[in-house]
Amino acid sequence: MRLNSTSRRSLAETIDWKLVICYLLLIFIGWMNIYASVHSSEAESILDMGSRSGKQFIWIISAIGLAGIILFIFNPNIYESFSFLFYIFTLGMLIAVIFLGVEVKGSRSWFAFGDIRFQPAEISKIATSLMLATVMSQSGYRISNFRNFIITALVILVPMVIIVAQSETGSALVYVGFIFMLYREGLSGWLIALMGLVILTFILTLTTSSYVSILVLGSVIGLTNCLRSGKMKKWLYTTLPVIILFSAVPFICKSVMESRPDLTFLSDGGQLYLLLGVSAAYTVYSVYEAYRERNLFKGLSVLTFTVGILLVFSVDFVFNEVLQDHQRKRIEVLLGMKEDPMGVGYNVNQSMIAIGSGGFLGKGFMNGTQTTYGFVPEQTTDFIFCTIGEEWGFAGSSIVILLYVFMIWRIISDAEKSRENFTRIYGYCVASCIFMHLFINIGMTIGLMPVIGIPLPFISYGGSSLWAFTILLFIFIALNKKESKYF
Amino acid sequence: MKLNRKNKLLAGLLTVAVILLSKLFYIQIVNNRYKIDASNNSMVYSIIYPTRGIIYDRNGKILVGNKVAYDLLVTPKEVEKFDTLTLCEILDISPEFVRDKMNEYRKNRRRIGYQSVVMLKQIPPETYMKFAELSYKFPGFKGQARSIREYPYDAGGNLLGYVSEVDADFIKRNPEYKSGDYAGKTGIEAAMEQELKGEKGYNIYLRNSRNRIESRYRNGEMDKEAIPGNEVTTTIDAELQHYGQMLMENKVGSLVAIEPSTGEILTMVSSPGINVSMLADIGKHYNEIASNPYKPMFNRAVQAPYPPGSVFKLVNGLIGLQEGVLAPDTYYPCSMGYHFGGHKLGCHAHKSPINLEESIMMSCNAYYCYVLRAILENRKYSSIAEALDKWNEYVKSFGFGRKLGSDFPSELGGSIPDAKYYNRIYGKGGWKATTVISLSIGQGEIGCTPLHLANLCATVANRGYYYIPHIVKASENIVIDPKYYEKQYTMVDTAHFKKVINGMYRAVNSGFGSGGTASIAAVEGLEICGKTGTAQNPRGADNSVFICFAPKDNPKIAVAAYLENAGFGATWAAPIASLLVEKYLEGEISESRKPLEQRVLDGNLMDRVKKE
Repeated sequence: MRLNSTSRRSLAETIDWKLVICYLLLIFIGWMNIYASVHSSEAESILDMGSRSGKQFIWIISAIGLAGIILFIFNPNIYESFSFLFYIFTLGMLIAVIFLGVEVKGSRSWFAFGDIRFQPAEISKIATSLMLATVMSQSGYRISNFRNFIITALVILVPMVIIVAQSETGSALVYVGFIFMLYREGLSGWLIALMGLVILTFILTLTTSSYVSILVLGSVIGLTNCLRSGKMKKWLYTTLPVIILFSAVPFICKSVMESRPDLTFLSDGGQLYLLLGVSAAYTVYSVYEAYRERNLFKGLSVLTFTVGILLVFSVDFVFNEVLQDHQRKRIEVLLGMKEDPMGVGYNVNQSMIAIGSGGFLGKGFMNGTQTTYGFVPEQTTDFIFCTIGEEWGFAGSSIVILLYVFMIWRIISDAEKSRENFTRIYGYCVASCIFMHLFINIGMTIGLMPVIGIPLPFISYGGSSLWAFTILLFIFIALNKKESKYF
Repeated sequence: MKLNRKNKLLAGLLTVAVILLSKLFYIQIVNNRYKIDASNNSMVYSIIYPTRGIIYDRNGKILVGNKVAYDLLVTPKEVEKFDTLTLCEILDISPEFVRDKMNEYRKNRRRIGYQSVVMLKQIPPETYMKFAELSYKFPGFKGQARSIREYPYDAGGNLLGYVSEVDADFIKRNPEYKSGDYAGKTGIEAAMEQELKGEKGYNIYLRNSRNRIESRYRNGEMDKEAIPGNEVTTTIDAELQHYGQMLMENKVGSLVAIEPSTGEILTMVSSPGINVSMLADIGKHYNEIASNPYKPMFNRAVQAPYPPGSVFKLVNGLIGLQEGVLAPDTYYPCSMGYHFGGHKLGCHAHKSPINLEESIMMSCNAYYCYVLRAILENRKYSSIAEALDKWNEYVKSFGFGRKLGSDFPSELGGSIPDAKYYNRIYGKGGWKATTVISLSIGQGEIGCTPLHLANLCATVANRGYYYIPHIVKASENIVIDPKYYEKQYTMVDTAHFKKVINGMYRAVNSGFGSGGTASIAAVEGLEICGKTGTAQNPRGADNSVFICFAPKDNPKIAVAAYLENAGFGATWAAPIASLLVEKYLEGEISESRKPLEQRVLDGNLMDRVKKE
């Protein structure tokens, strides 16, 4: 069946051209900046096939060709039917690459065919998104259904775990973004809040102490409970003074110990036991209250708090035993626990210098000094944003970020307009992926995130990534086009 | 707008975008730190190394000058394929060396970036010219002129000291130095480092994004000229130092000469020493020097603790006179030594009894045993311990047992025993004068350096005081410590020195057969006064010691010669010291003493010294 023949609207109207133009702008910006960051003392043509900009040109042309095929040749209906096979195939490749791939910077995640290398993890984003859309658009699917939830979680977690096994933790982190899609599809917002709390606890424990961490944890959970039940007044009179008192305890103990160093029970350990004792008493009381009030939320809060305390005490273990050396260092540098401008901090420091030196309007195309001297590593791939920041300044960087925001916004709007669950869910997956890449990559170059080596979509050098994002995006445009035809 | 989940997510998206944009705004517009760091990144400091100050001798002759050598710099990022073999041939290096270096740069490429690194140091100009002609074939390689040391006189490596690149340890101790700087490490170079080093300068350039030097930073207004190091005039007499160096060749020991009227060190030889030809590039010879069993790096003149031997009798004699327990006409007998209890401190055959002058002339051991006993058993003092402490005080007033305070680095203090010392060994009251009797002849628990002995000689020559020996002369731009102009008086009155000096005069000038121990040192018309010493060396033959000054009145030079395992003082030390005196006062060696000079120059005593 050729749907095209029954089209009632012209091609120009059915395709979301704003997305396509946004896409073309981003790849063009990427191409220019790759050229600007690799050009050396000998000025070469941007099309020089020996240079990265020349190679990227080939990738761009082929990606546009690919986009055309997806838009005009493939029947958009195939994705739903093939998604399962494609997903299984991708999982196979993800596992195979661990054994057959070449080792690049300590991780086995690349297949190499002569000069051409390709990373299955890039494709698995597409496969996972399609699979999620397929699974979740089945009639009768409800995320609150336990069985459905587990299946959905597995679809996301299986590729994620394999990718972690490839030592590509960064790429795996992107999958966390699917939680936004799940939220849209009905996942409880508390789960996201819970994740946020876990991250907060982890960071607090590392940077301050278990004491502070537990205190903050208790305060946040307590406050949430009060806000939810509307018992603010009671909270103000009872809990808040306790929190303030405990905040003051370390300072009081410290000043007392200065004059009486023999009072060892006032040391950090002693304070912690005091806090734990009071917490335990309060927890028991809360359990009783929750039972009396039949308040499930309160019960869960107590559970969260208890698990949170366990987490606090396992942070050191996770941090020192589970994380790999380089990951640990990156987190330490990000959280300011260690100054290391020449080692791990080098990349971030140099990248921030490059971007910071751009000023408002930048130094102008090809006039950046920081990126071209090689101060910034990986300047065409993971750190391409440095070139943009340095040569185009705050103005250029803002435009790039706004282009992404526009793109994501547009995808979400299109997805919402769609009448088919498949298209909507897939659209949210695409938006989540692009968002995660955007946030992690740019956040890393300006010191908001630890150094996690993932590319900036459409802009970073590399065929594998460009193709994957092109396919990811254009499948959505094609799905959207399919529907638009009938309006 | 409804607060549905889509809109919450969109709000989240906007929040994240605002966070990213705020941070960008902060680092790109609000905070200036990154712009400054960036210009530091693109500024190229081209260091201009100063030439090191020239070191002159007392007569304006250059002891240490400068010559040009080249360092070969590599900018790894600019290196293209090059003909390794040609490069190796030109520079006389091995291909492995080049390969290792290039691999090392590749490994550190992130740290190096666009900087240049030194690949080869101190290439002589002839070699460098060969490279310069072909340098177009080696992009990324360039030469950097650097001045290195040149030594017109063989004035001895230990005296002059060497200059070498600072290492990490040195930088830690002296943070004003940077890697690549040179600093004086020993001898005069180290002592006068602050004066000699000069100040580095730099030119600042800016690179453009193609790593080309685009312009001078602010038209060179922030550049700094290098300031050459100050010239340093030393008290050394280059000719005399060189001659001393020749006399001491193939012998182990030291030769120190001081001008008594100023305390200026005229000559300071430590043998075997480091040849000046090795100094300029000491790193290359380091293993050779370190593995030499005679320890040429060890500056014996100021660092070796020796027993002074019989020359120390002068000190005991003077103390005896000052204390009133000895008079110039005190006669003591000697029957081939001094007998006490069942023991004997031996002496050689000479007439007996003798007076003070004769005791010095003939270097009688027994005489000084009586003298020391008289000093220690003086009724004036309540105990022998108190008397010994007084003695110690006297000896120290001659500069012994402590650092003299010269401007030469790493001077050794030496040791002079006191009552506490013997109490520790023998217990309180467990010792008496005869226990410590070897102190009388400069043996036992006395340790002093050849510089101490030369200073003793200068003190006697001055009749009771000395100037702190020093090696740097005040000059236009160098002020020396005022302490070097102050007379350091001993505790012995000037009057007492006359008799002792007479003894020293007679020791040299009485002619062979008279019993004078140092007749061999006599030079007609020079009125040399001297005292021999033969110090026991537990590690083999006796050490040969001699101190002398001349002329007797208004002395111009005081010399100490100390030769390890060379036998009697008169055998080697006396000829060497007297030849040095003759050379200094007469300018040349008289015809009659030529054979003696030849014997000294030919003499090789290295085999007698036990290697370490």
